[in-house]
Amino acid sequence: MSRAFTPKIVTANALLEGDVIYLTADDRWSRNLAEAELIDDEAHAQLRLLDADRQKSVVGAYLAEATAGLKGPEPVHFREAFRAKGPSNYAHGKQEHRKHV
Amino acid sequence: MYDYNDFDELFVRERVAQFRAQVVRRIDGSLTEDEFRPLRLMNGLYLQLHAYMLRVAIPYGTLNSTKMRQLAMIADRWDKGYGHFTTRQNIQYNWPELKDVPDMLEALADVGMHAIQTSGNTIRNVTADHFAGAAADEIEDPRPVAELLRQWSTDHPEFQFLPRKFKIAITGSPNDRAVTKAHDIGLRMVTKDGEPGFEVIVGGGLGRTPMIGQVVRDFLPKSDLLPYVEAIVSVYNLLGRRDNKHKARIKITVHENGLEKIRDLVEARFAEIKPGFGGHDQHLLADLERSFAAPDFIRKPVDGYLTARDADPVFRSWADTNLAEHLHAGYAIVSVSLKAHGATPGDATSDQMRVMADLAERYGHDELRISHEQNVILPHVHKSDLPKVYAVLKASGLATANIGLISDIIACPGMDYCALATARSIPVAQEIATRFEELKLEHEIGPLKIKISGCINACGHHHVGHIGILGLDRAGVENYQITLGGDGTEDAVIGERAGPGFAYDEITDAIERIVRAYLDVREDEAETFLQSYRRLGAQPFKDALYPKEDKADAA
Repeated sequence: MSRAFTPKIVTANALLEGDVIYLTADDRWSRNLAEAELIDDEAHAQLRLLDADRQKSVVGAYLAEATAGLKGPEPVHFREAFRAKGPSNYAHGKQEHRKHV
Repeated sequence: MYDYNDFDELFVRERVAQFRAQVVRRIDGSLTEDEFRPLRLMNGLYLQLHAYMLRVAIPYGTLNSTKMRQLAMIADRWDKGYGHFTTRQNIQYNWPELKDVPDMLEALADVGMHAIQTSGNTIRNVTADHFAGAAADEIEDPRPVAELLRQWSTDHPEFQFLPRKFKIAITGSPNDRAVTKAHDIGLRMVTKDGEPGFEVIVGGGLGRTPMIGQVVRDFLPKSDLLPYVEAIVSVYNLLGRRDNKHKARIKITVHENGLEKIRDLVEARFAEIKPGFGGHDQHLLADLERSFAAPDFIRKPVDGYLTARDADPVFRSWADTNLAEHLHAGYAIVSVSLKAHGATPGDATSDQMRVMADLAERYGHDELRISHEQNVILPHVHKSDLPKVYAVLKASGLATANIGLISDIIACPGMDYCALATARSIPVAQEIATRFEELKLEHEIGPLKIKISGCINACGHHHVGHIGILGLDRAGVENYQITLGGDGTEDAVIGERAGPGFAYDEITDAIERIVRAYLDVREDEAETFLQSYRRLGAQPFKDALYPKEDKADAA
């Protein structure tokens, strides 16, 4: 019996800064999880991951589980929640940049 | 301390130049990540959860003010104004950008430092007793031997592709402050007929298969040290498993082959290679011993210190907690706590680094140490200068009187930074420290070491914590297992798992229940947590941890 496919996003780290990035539906890499393409088809997810792996400016692309939220995809696992936000001991990383927006 | 000679200088400069070119080729796309990864790891550059991380070696934890100031400068210029001191006496920068890393390495080379062999399956930074050269209980300063091992192991052609990483720790004191029994090789100085030598311990390690090291040679003359260590690594290099990463450390090699077989192989290899050393290592060691000569200790009265103790109870509390006995009368070893209640264990801001550098230069014979417990040591401070040192530390948030107490927690970076972590460590440490500060109980509790790891790899040494905490991912939720009764000293013991784990928001309460149980059961205030545990076993603490209703029902 096959399990239902849980929706995924393609995520990686940016080559230059190491920052967490997400693949968007229009083939950009966004720093913001809410802009990621939420993929609900397994074959499409694998193709998108292959697309991501071919790009020179990204490191370590993989598929991560996500769910649809009001403003876009939201993390399922706490690891992805930390990646989307930044560390909990200082307001560094993405949460730091968000302050200035 | 040791200053780079022309050979060291040329070697690190060449490596910086090579890495600079490698980074250019990675950024322009000539190198793929698969090609680049081993090159960056050879230079201490990891890619973590949110950013790159540069791990800089602090050989045997020894720094001077110039090096410490440079670490501060690097933090300000290329990172976020702070650094994280680790359980292997290194410093990690959590936010470098790839293009800047060659400049950071160049800045390190300017002060005789590097990030080489802080990663990969090589011999890593040799760690040492953080009180080396200052401790009252010391036989000899172990750092000349540590430096000899650093020079020998750096870029050693035979040992660049070991089955797995390889960690050596060394202590010159019978009281082991360097956790030698949890290292691939532990070297503990002992004497025989008045001659200093080493008890050689192999096969210790924490991680997913924690093991206490075993004595492979109970007395090794100091003059035989280098060929003997080379023999051990050489035997391991051939015998160690390369088929399974989780079975590749020497602890598994010793476990699977048995100590006797390892000893026979090592002794045979030692006999074979020893003649080839030809005494050169001993000439080098003699030079190194001169460069680590003790400073010119000053003789002057300590009245000011005694007066300050009487006048200021807060100073007295700090002195009672954070000072250790120095080998020279009139001096003290100062442990500077990087564990202010609620702060990140092991983190120092660039300003704090400069303050500690200034204090070392002015009052500490220009010496600093990093401890594996993630604090900074001023090893040589005259007691008459302690009130001034304390006042400066206090003004910089560095005078927390908690060395060896419940809030002096080791914590790995955990899932706030580390790509391997399965749960967070830092906020758990912050919350426990804050809790016991609010309760004002920590001085009453007395010596108690809590150590927290955010995954099974055990960088936070949780197995040897009196109370160990291991953060895991249980079905997508952070879960914390508690171990009890671990000990990282010369009587090293792996802690015993207490039972089912606790959720993130339950763990601090669980720790408080253990500690309150200890306060209830201890014979008197002189009996430490570990002593109570050894006297009574785990049961009273388990009962406190798991006050189950079903027990009440059954009763």
